[in-house]
Amino acid sequence: MKPPSFAYARPGSLAEAFDLLERHGEDAKVLAGGQSLIATLNMRLSSPAVLVDVTGIPGLAGIAAAKDKVRIGALTTHRAVERSAEIGATLPLLAQAARHIAHVAIRNVGTFGGSLAMADPAAEWPACCVALDAELVLASRAGERRVKARTFFRGLYETDLKPGELVTAVEIPVPGKDHRASFMELARRVGDYAIVGVAALARAGAGKSGKALTDVRLAYLGVGPTPMLATQAMAAAEGKPAADAAAAAQAALDRDLKPTADLHTSAAAKMHLARVLTGRALAALAA
Amino acid sequence: MNARAELPLHAPGTQVDKGYIGQSVPRENAKRLLQGRGSYIDDLRFPRLAHVVFFRSPHAHARIRKLDLAQAARQPGVIACFDGRAVAEYCTPWIAVLGHLKGIKSAPQHPIAIERACWQGEAVAAIVAESRAQGEDALAHVEAEWEELPALTDMRESLAGKYVIHPDLGDNVCFKRELVTEGFDAAWAKADIVVEESYKFGRHTGVTLEGRAILADYNAADHSLTVYHNTQAPHMMQDIFSRHLGIPEGNVRVVCKDVGGSFGIKVHVYADEMATAAISVMLRRPVKFVADRLESFLTDIHAREHEVTVRLACTKGGDIIGFDLDDLTAIGPYSVYPRTSGIEGNQVVNLTGGPYRHKHYRAKMHVVFTNKNLTCQYRAVGHPIAMALTEAIVDRAAAEIGLDPAEFRRRNLIPDDAYPYSEFPSGIKFERLSHHQCLDKLLALMDYKELRAEQAALRKQGIHRGIGLAAMIEVTNPSPAFYGVGGARISAQDGATLRLEPTGMLTVMCSVTEQGQGTDGIFAQIAASAVGVTLDKVRVITGDTGVTPYGGGTWASRGAGIGGEAVLQAGRALRSNMLDVAAAILSADKAELDIVGNEVVNKLTQEPKLSLAELGRIAYFRPDTLPPKFQSELTVTRHYTPRDYAFTFTNGIQASLVEVDPDTGFVKLLKHWCVEDCGTVINPMLVDEQIRGGVVQGIGAALFEECLYGPDGQLLNGNMADYLVPMCGEMPDIVVAHVETPTKQSALGAKGAGEAGTAGAPGAVMNAINDALAPLGARVTVQPATPERILEALGKV
Repeated sequence: MKPPSFAYARPGSLAEAFDLLERHGEDAKVLAGGQSLIATLNMRLSSPAVLVDVTGIPGLAGIAAAKDKVRIGALTTHRAVERSAEIGATLPLLAQAARHIAHVAIRNVGTFGGSLAMADPAAEWPACCVALDAELVLASRAGERRVKARTFFRGLYETDLKPGELVTAVEIPVPGKDHRASFMELARRVGDYAIVGVAALARAGAGKSGKALTDVRLAYLGVGPTPMLATQAMAAAEGKPAADAAAAAQAALDRDLKPTADLHTSAAAKMHLARVLTGRALAALAA
Repeated sequence: MNARAELPLHAPGTQVDKGYIGQSVPRENAKRLLQGRGSYIDDLRFPRLAHVVFFRSPHAHARIRKLDLAQAARQPGVIACFDGRAVAEYCTPWIAVLGHLKGIKSAPQHPIAIERACWQGEAVAAIVAESRAQGEDALAHVEAEWEELPALTDMRESLAGKYVIHPDLGDNVCFKRELVTEGFDAAWAKADIVVEESYKFGRHTGVTLEGRAILADYNAADHSLTVYHNTQAPHMMQDIFSRHLGIPEGNVRVVCKDVGGSFGIKVHVYADEMATAAISVMLRRPVKFVADRLESFLTDIHAREHEVTVRLACTKGGDIIGFDLDDLTAIGPYSVYPRTSGIEGNQVVNLTGGPYRHKHYRAKMHVVFTNKNLTCQYRAVGHPIAMALTEAIVDRAAAEIGLDPAEFRRRNLIPDDAYPYSEFPSGIKFERLSHHQCLDKLLALMDYKELRAEQAALRKQGIHRGIGLAAMIEVTNPSPAFYGVGGARISAQDGATLRLEPTGMLTVMCSVTEQGQGTDGIFAQIAASAVGVTLDKVRVITGDTGVTPYGGGTWASRGAGIGGEAVLQAGRALRSNMLDVAAAILSADKAELDIVGNEVVNKLTQEPKLSLAELGRIAYFRPDTLPPKFQSELTVTRHYTPRDYAFTFTNGIQASLVEVDPDTGFVKLLKHWCVEDCGTVINPMLVDEQIRGGVVQGIGAALFEECLYGPDGQLLNGNMADYLVPMCGEMPDIVVAHVETPTKQSALGAKGAGEAGTAGAPGAVMNAINDALAPLGARVTVQPATPERILEALGKV
């Protein structure tokens, strides 16, 4: 449990970071909070020659709320998101999800951008960003580009990030006043990776037959190689009162999710639990 | 508390402080440990210290075709590399059998595997380097070629002999035992009701905060070996290092330092630790090995893994006639030295049906080899299995008859006035238990009737709560019947030396060890009470074969009951010697004197006569002022071995309240109760926390912990993320209460308390889950009861 030796660099600016990444190419790994990376080094699952610690680069942490969107700097810790009054007011989905991320000690160090770049399919932030239709700001020597969360996650631990590119911020559109959010997950123990989780969002308005759910969004974690946006289930639920929406979404969910078993839970049990959470989340949205 | 009346430390009728027995005083070492000022093996710094890392088999069963250490030996910082043959030149192999476990067999085990590895994680080469990191770097340069052999991972296939792991042994059966009481068939035939069920108990392990650690320092100048070792049994290890390394016992010293938890994990002989000691001899320098967390999961002993079918016969009135047990358990490729891996299964046979007064019993038990990590004694050895299957089948019988589970137990628990009780069908004997007092206390404590009413009301709202009971007995204070009679050089006796220092301070040296559980604290309480000093005057030293009396150490809930009695007897003797000195100094009659609060006082008037500091000053520095021929003896040693009973059984009962979510299979633990009887309670706070910690480990077995192996014998979850130890987020409030029935075998009256929580909790939780599931027509009989297993039982997946 000792990491192989590595060189360590702590750039003071993005330009310096780009230099380092260019110079070392695939031998370099970006270190932010280190809550996943350090464990993989200690277990010798990864042996980069250089760690580029980006936590010394100014301007990459912090939460800025504008009228219709919130910008979260890549180095903002999970804990800062959890405790932010602005997030609580504008993006309650994130506030709900934050307390499910590991343990407080980890949330104090782990970063929002790091979680997205890591792209663990069982992590909370990627699913939330997909549900909220967030946009990632990626920077490289060539400049900045923006990628929707819904296309950023390509596969298991695989993203749209190109060599030499860093996640610098995430911009999240603030849902309308009538939108409700519900984040739920099932984990064996507090802080464990969830067996399955759902980031759910919808407008709960007065429909013809009581409260109907519109703009339904359901993104799942722990049930696929990436965060899974359940488009079929979303379409099935759209415009229906909560009870009907739940039944319809549950029935359609097979077409969205093809979970594989984890160590403790079979694919069939995961699918069952995803349906249960779907029903509960949609009920919570309409409550 | 009646315990104090049982402990006449002072003359009756005198108004004196009755001592610290029964008081929740904080233990002395807690502050030091919490301030990070403990001193563990990994904290030691030695000149020329070398670090050993092990190249471990990636396969569950494979022949070593080629093992080339040349490249590894050339890596920076590498001092030496050894294979199994090289180390075997310095350390003899062992075979773990015991004479009283008739027919038990195992194969010779070497410190480092030779020719063949039998489980994933078995060490096949050692690399010694200037630092641990350099050693780990060099591991990547070991060249090994393997011929994979069939891996036997299923215990039924092992029993059937699909392959034979050690062909010389003939089959895969390490140990078997059969037992049937006279008249079993005839009695069974008269039963009105027979219930039968099969249970599976997962394999798990005890996760200690501090990993296994050893620093062996061989000194060639005087052919001596000092081993700093976080073991529970330093004298046992002294004997083993001596015999297997060929060093006279008197030249071997084992020192424990602080130990960060053990739970039975650290009471065994580990091949990699023996290799570390041998390598210190080979290199003539200090060598350290600290198991990292991944190694701990692969090589710290595992435990449990049983498949059991049990039947219970009873009358339609609800009287239990007997139990019929068939237990199968798998232990990995070797029986663990020197306690053997036959004990857990043996305990299941001994303890099944334990709390009840039935007369008939039939048991069959097989212990088989597999190609997984070794299993051996872990906290509560066999009890969690025996208690859970007994209590589960008892609930089945109660349900069949239509009796409330509490009522059914009340009907069948051995009556409190039936002791001494020698009629238990497995042959174990009970000195005095208090099952009915404990049951009554538990039902009152949890407000059982009210809980049942609430449960019924909530069921109507679709909320599924369950209440589970588990009565229990526990083996504590073992006599030589446990190991000694079987030929193992493991002491059932312990000793304590007490020394009054010239300043009036008291030094206690005891052969029982401190693993973080507070032994030192209770020894201080007993010593202070027995001698008549305040607690701040006492210092306790344990865990050093060069210093303490000879003894067994810490295992089988024996520290308080055996070590504590040795301390008490030594304290009484020292107090008497101190009074002799005082009488000589004061020219008074010894019978008129007492020692209270660091002073010699007049027994009747309590008038202070002499401080202990003054007594010490005169005894040590001015003995010339004492009467001619008077010699003070202010250091006293006493020993204690339980002799009247093979084991001093304790008893108790636990209850669990859970809520099951039938849609998700998740279990919420709402509350847990434990009423137990460990005899004299020396420190209520420590006992309560021992019970709570034990309950949490039992809950781990019931709901969370399981070493998962693939069909190829690969451990799938050997890390802290995937192996689910119970954590505070899920734990319920645990209410603890006591009944005190001191053992008459000792003056202290203490029985063990360390394992009761672990013994009873799995059964209580399993019964609670099944009580919650009952209206849904489902039962879970596999531990841990994962959400998936509960959903399967409900037919939802």
